[in-house]
Amino acid sequence: MKAKKSPAERPSRSMLFVPGSNAAWLSTVQVYGADYVMFDLEDSVSVREKDTARLLVHEALKSPVWAGVPVVVRVNAINTPFFRDDLEAVVSAGVAIVRLPMVTDAQMIRHLDAELGVLEGKYGSVPGTTRILAAVESASGVVNAVAIATASPRMMGIALAAYDYAMDMHTTHDAAADESQLFFARCAILHAARVAKIHCYDVIYADVNDTEGFLREVAVIKKLGFDGKSLVNPRQIEPLHNAFAPTPEEVERAHRVVAAAVEAEKVGMGVVALDGKMIDAPIIAAAHRTIRLAQVSGVQVAGGVR
Amino acid sequence: MRIEVDAVAGTLESSDALVRVSPAEELRIEVTSTVEAQFGAEIRRTVAEQLDRLGVTEGLISVQDKGALDFVIRARVQGAVLRGAQARPDWRKL
Amino acid sequence: MSGWQGRVPTDAVELAGLVPFAGPAPSTQADKDARRARKVVGSLTEAISRSGLGDGDTISFHHHFREGDLLILQVLAEVEALGIRGLTLASSSLNACHGDVVGYIERGVVSRIYTSGMRGTLAARISRGGLLPHPVQVHSHGGRAALMASGELRPKVAFLGVSACDEFGNANGTSGASRCGSLGYALVDAMFAETVVLVTEQVVAFPNTPAVIRQNRVDLIVVVERVGDPSRINVGATRTTTNPRDLLVARRATDVVEHGGFFVDGFSIQTGSGGAATAVTDYLGERMERRGVKAGWALGGITGSMVALHERGLVGRLLDVQSFDLVAASSLERNPGHTIVSASEYASPAAKAACVDELDVVILSALEIDLDYNVNVLTGSDGLMMGASGGHCDTAAGAKLVVVVAPLIRTRIPTIVERVTTLITPGSNVDVLVTDYGVCVNPRRPAVAERLAAAGIKVTTIEALFARALEICGRPRAVETTDEIVGVVRYRDGSVIDVVRAVAS
Repeated sequence: MKAKKSPAERPSRSMLFVPGSNAAWLSTVQVYGADYVMFDLEDSVSVREKDTARLLVHEALKSPVWAGVPVVVRVNAINTPFFRDDLEAVVSAGVAIVRLPMVTDAQMIRHLDAELGVLEGKYGSVPGTTRILAAVESASGVVNAVAIATASPRMMGIALAAYDYAMDMHTTHDAAADESQLFFARCAILHAARVAKIHCYDVIYADVNDTEGFLREVAVIKKLGFDGKSLVNPRQIEPLHNAFAPTPEEVERAHRVVAAAVEAEKVGMGVVALDGKMIDAPIIAAAHRTIRLAQVSGVQVAGGVR
Repeated sequence: MRIEVDAVAGTLESSDALVRVSPAEELRIEVTSTVEAQFGAEIRRTVAEQLDRLGVTEGLISVQDKGALDFVIRARVQGAVLRGAQARPDWRKL
Repeated sequence: MSGWQGRVPTDAVELAGLVPFAGPAPSTQADKDARRARKVVGSLTEAISRSGLGDGDTISFHHHFREGDLLILQVLAEVEALGIRGLTLASSSLNACHGDVVGYIERGVVSRIYTSGMRGTLAARISRGGLLPHPVQVHSHGGRAALMASGELRPKVAFLGVSACDEFGNANGTSGASRCGSLGYALVDAMFAETVVLVTEQVVAFPNTPAVIRQNRVDLIVVVERVGDPSRINVGATRTTTNPRDLLVARRATDVVEHGGFFVDGFSIQTGSGGAATAVTDYLGERMERRGVKAGWALGGITGSMVALHERGLVGRLLDVQSFDLVAASSLERNPGHTIVSASEYASPAAKAACVDELDVVILSALEIDLDYNVNVLTGSDGLMMGASGGHCDTAAGAKLVVVVAPLIRTRIPTIVERVTTLITPGSNVDVLVTDYGVCVNPRRPAVAERLAAAGIKVTTIEALFARALEICGRPRAVETTDEIVGVVRYRDGSVIDVVRAVAS
């Protein structure tokens, strides 16, 4: 099997949700610089408009507006009457990534994998190229996270959705509440993502006007090790990217680590040292991640854009 | 594909289009647009092309365009026609 | 022979041709009613009659109330009732609220128009041709002052709406109920009009100081119920935006200002009107604080956001030709560093000194910009007039860094075009274009491009942005026009830079 890209190779800090029924948003939101845009056919589309949203998303995926942009589409859950039609609508239009909601176990992913294979064949896509992002929103999804994350080579990421998860846990989700409420679930999917070497996305922050609360939550998930977060409004992109941007000091240090590693390799030394301290492979990998993140964030060592 | 019942798809919001279809003896297309001066001809071409692909040869098709991009107009025509014909989409042909 | 009380030898050779004193006149100044009667008249009709306004004359107005102006239509109604016809209407600008001017044109009351711009039904009707017997003369704010100085535009009567004045005619825009703030445009009319009529909502005690329009320029005063609705000043072009796309463009424009080479202590800036342009001010304060850079002064239409920067000590002085909102209007009264400049001092190429010539950075908007960076802010790409020349070409000519901000696409209409429908500001005066799809720099300004690239700002080309717009929208069809010229675009020096032709129906 071809080695999967490590999460840091493509920036994946932000995944912006766009209702699949909203023509204006589907025509414009590509400008905001989200790392991924996700067209939604699920919760934001009323049952009455499932058919037209599917057509609109299908046409958007094929349009020059979205050409060359890897778009994510959230289809309706596997046990709904919409799932099969959604999948056909987006695979026939060459979607890059399918986000499957309400994933409870690895069997669902294997089912989706098989369906994708059939549809890729039917519509002439290269087999296996459609990727999967699994959203877990229940106790069983969280507990089965490792199995889910490793269920298919198509898996590109795993995401947590808090609203239904909280209800499943006999509580309610309140972003302003103590972060410990989601602590176990966050850790569980993070571990699964790292085991599977895929992206890991945190929950949405619904109150668009509460930048302070949003940034508090971002600080928590960044520290935990998340790659990014699902977003409900373009206004959340910039604060999120800024929060994920490494500091100039971090970037400078990373460059020195990489330079030391390159130098050591050139002279054939097995051991790399910087400022008299040993540097091992994980430190070098982390330094590469920091530099790539700095590049996409616009950070420069000598006082650049920010 | 034959328009059997009156049907509507889309909205009158900016960058969208509202398409109405009704059964009729012959094909009639009516278009109004906020960008008529610049894109009126192109919109009519897109609508006609889409109807052709769907095999619609009769029916009244009315498009109220609010500056929608081509892909939106296509999707709204498809939506209204499929609803009016009470048919499912053939994703290969759209 | 000797004159007054035997002191003046009236037959002396040395006094030949001089008039001897005839004794003191009965004082009108002692009698309050008589004193008031000198200038304060009972009605607009009386003011018009006493002004001597006749057929074919020019009447002028300011547009400080923008969409809230109530004066032009009041005056036209009285003028028509008096049977006066064939007037030239010279307002510093016209807005959507002036739709009823169409009727006065149809009935022959107004036959010529000088203005910075037009919006709404008036603009659309004129653009379709066959309405005005002569084309509209479209000037910039500085250009209007220059046209007055040259004598081409010389109002017979200026009707200047103010919220309050004293009975001698001392007025400012900061006292009374309907305050519009700066009276910068009106000052030019007060300077050049043959007769100045102050139309006020209230006569207050003398002296109404500090006066902006001063008593020695005022001939007549008339009190009316309303001259304008200040709550409608920031409707339309000057509104603050919550549109995420405008905010994105504003943020990028702020990056360009920060790294374009003029962001140093003491710099000067004008941020113009339009959603994205005004939003730049909000972002700018943040950058100034972070970088420890303060602006020496800000010019132009002043917004509440700019006042906030001034009050935080980030902008030294505010030079205000028009107040874009009520916060700015009230700041004029409160902040000694916030002062009024006339349109002439602001931007006239005929003035002995114009502020725009000292300007470092200006943020401007655009309805269209073409591949040679020429800008149109007057006509939509459907050919109809819908905007205003304003201070666009004045500030672009003066400022060292000229940044145009615009969304690449408005619904389905690309902002970048091969050739602008109407030319207002020549491309050689434009340095940077900031859109939601990317930033590009005029190839005439390689140094600016280098500075932006060095700061890590991605710079593309206007051709690439144009191609992207066409890919998304399709290629818009060129507007069909007739031979009729409905608008003459005057550059700031009075020369003709373009014409607007009637849109074919």
